[in-house]
Amino acid sequence: MMSPEILGQRTIAEITGDYPFFSSFLKDNNLDVQGNETSSFSDFLSSLGEDFQEEKGIEPGQVMEQAASYIQQMLEFLGQEDQVRSLTILPGTDKSGTPEGFDRFTVRPGETVSIVGPTGSGKSSLLGDIEWVAQSDTPTGRQILINGEVPDTSWRFSTSKKLVAQLSQNMNFVMDLNVREFVSLHAESRLVANPEEVVERVIEAANDLAGEQFSPEAPITSLSGGQSRALMIADTAILSRSPIILIDEIENAGIDRKKALSLLLTEEKIVLMATHDPILALMADRRIVIGNGGIVRVTQTTDEERALLGTLEELDQTLLGYRSRLRAGESLAPPKNKGE
Amino acid sequence: MNLVTISGPPSSGKTAVILKTAASLKDRGLKVGVVKFDCLHTDDDVLYAKAGIPVQKGLSGAMCPDHYFVSNIEEVVQWGRAEGFDLLISESAGLCNRCSPYVKEIKAICVIDNLSGVNTPKKIGPMLKSADIVAITKGDIVSQAEREVFASRVNMVNPKAIILHINGLTGQGSYELGTLLADNPREVETLVGEQLRFTMPSALCSYCLGETRIGESYQMGNVRKMNLEDNS
Repeated sequence: MMSPEILGQRTIAEITGDYPFFSSFLKDNNLDVQGNETSSFSDFLSSLGEDFQEEKGIEPGQVMEQAASYIQQMLEFLGQEDQVRSLTILPGTDKSGTPEGFDRFTVRPGETVSIVGPTGSGKSSLLGDIEWVAQSDTPTGRQILINGEVPDTSWRFSTSKKLVAQLSQNMNFVMDLNVREFVSLHAESRLVANPEEVVERVIEAANDLAGEQFSPEAPITSLSGGQSRALMIADTAILSRSPIILIDEIENAGIDRKKALSLLLTEEKIVLMATHDPILALMADRRIVIGNGGIVRVTQTTDEERALLGTLEELDQTLLGYRSRLRAGESLAPPKNKGE
Repeated sequence: MNLVTISGPPSSGKTAVILKTAASLKDRGLKVGVVKFDCLHTDDDVLYAKAGIPVQKGLSGAMCPDHYFVSNIEEVVQWGRAEGFDLLISESAGLCNRCSPYVKEIKAICVIDNLSGVNTPKKIGPMLKSADIVAITKGDIVSQAEREVFASRVNMVNPKAIILHINGLTGQGSYELGTLLADNPREVETLVGEQLRFTMPSALCSYCLGETRIGESYQMGNVRKMNLEDNS
């Protein structure tokens, strides 16, 4: 249930970001928030002044209560009560007890954040905190909010409401099934309404990402590394209910990573990407820098950095070109000019 | 002293999970001890001792390991109390996939791994079905889809259990399991008079008593015959 007090503490921009229909509530209640987007809803209401409040018959406490029940009703109407609209991390401390270097970090579906830092620096504990929806009850002391609020504990324990899905380089398929059977099994366990259609969509999307095509009848254990990753990503994007996807170092070979990322983003996922690949890191909007078990800082990808993307992609293409020539059995030496 | 029982198929990762969980509990200032029940051989006591965790081991040898467990658990509880543990963890392997050395009102955890196959949850009896917490391991090496399918199969046979994913190598999830074990501890003074959650398999036949010869005339006591269908 949405609490009016907590709603009042959030900024208007935050609330509208999570619930776009909130703007129509404001309009219908004659509340002009322009220029006040960054102040909290309750501060804004108090700032209106008694005259205005009396004139329009507005009482801040009542408005907040109405807003909360309006949002709740709309969510129920849209069948989106459980939808994750934002994930917020509140800072804790690193291994030495030093406070983390950020105030409040919020990420929404359709956004990508890269996570960088040496092995053992605290990536798994960050992920663990998110998965466990930590409430200052883990060694880092971090707190995780969903939609700006302390979430229901069912996020911790329910199998159908897992917050985080993981994709990593070390993962393998272990079942003895072909691609179609495998994806169908997953669809069945998720109780999707139109399994055949969804299964075809997953296989099609996976083939779109993979460098080399594969048939729905291929045994999953026979897929190449690139094909396996393509299938895992497509399957997770389309069939996993988890709103957050953690990608751990997806290698460049045999898969179109740019497309993979955009598939996840069009499926409205929050993408966290542990990577040291500069191209992937530059595709992210923001970067979390981890060290000594804590978040050292959060940085925005700058335009200056983004300008590098073209150069890096060119280098990447060159390397990929050599790779496919090698695969095709061609010579790697530059082609000789005719007539020489 | 708080007591929990952890069981699971052989090589599912029980010891790795307990080692990581015990470490996180020790960091919180709890004194943790372990008793390891096994059948023929175990070196896990060395691993626990190395981690600075007081440990006892019991090998059932020619006896059914779970019958052995239930015949010894009270003495182990008294050992744990004398040692002054805050938490005693009993670890045992579910060798026949049916047994569950779980006691009513004592937290019961089943450890099961993603590699064991999606049909495994169906094959495991009360050990999985009557557990309060199911810890699923080895999730780092299978695909997300297989993890989800496996967890949903576990959920199907034990809808009430809390399902946790634990990585026994990195320890991811073990702090959280520790929280679940340490929360609302039950002060156990003795298990005398307490009851198992489920009956153990019954068997008392001539083979239990050392018979080695094959044939109907050597079979006495509790004997059950297969129903062989006539396919001719």
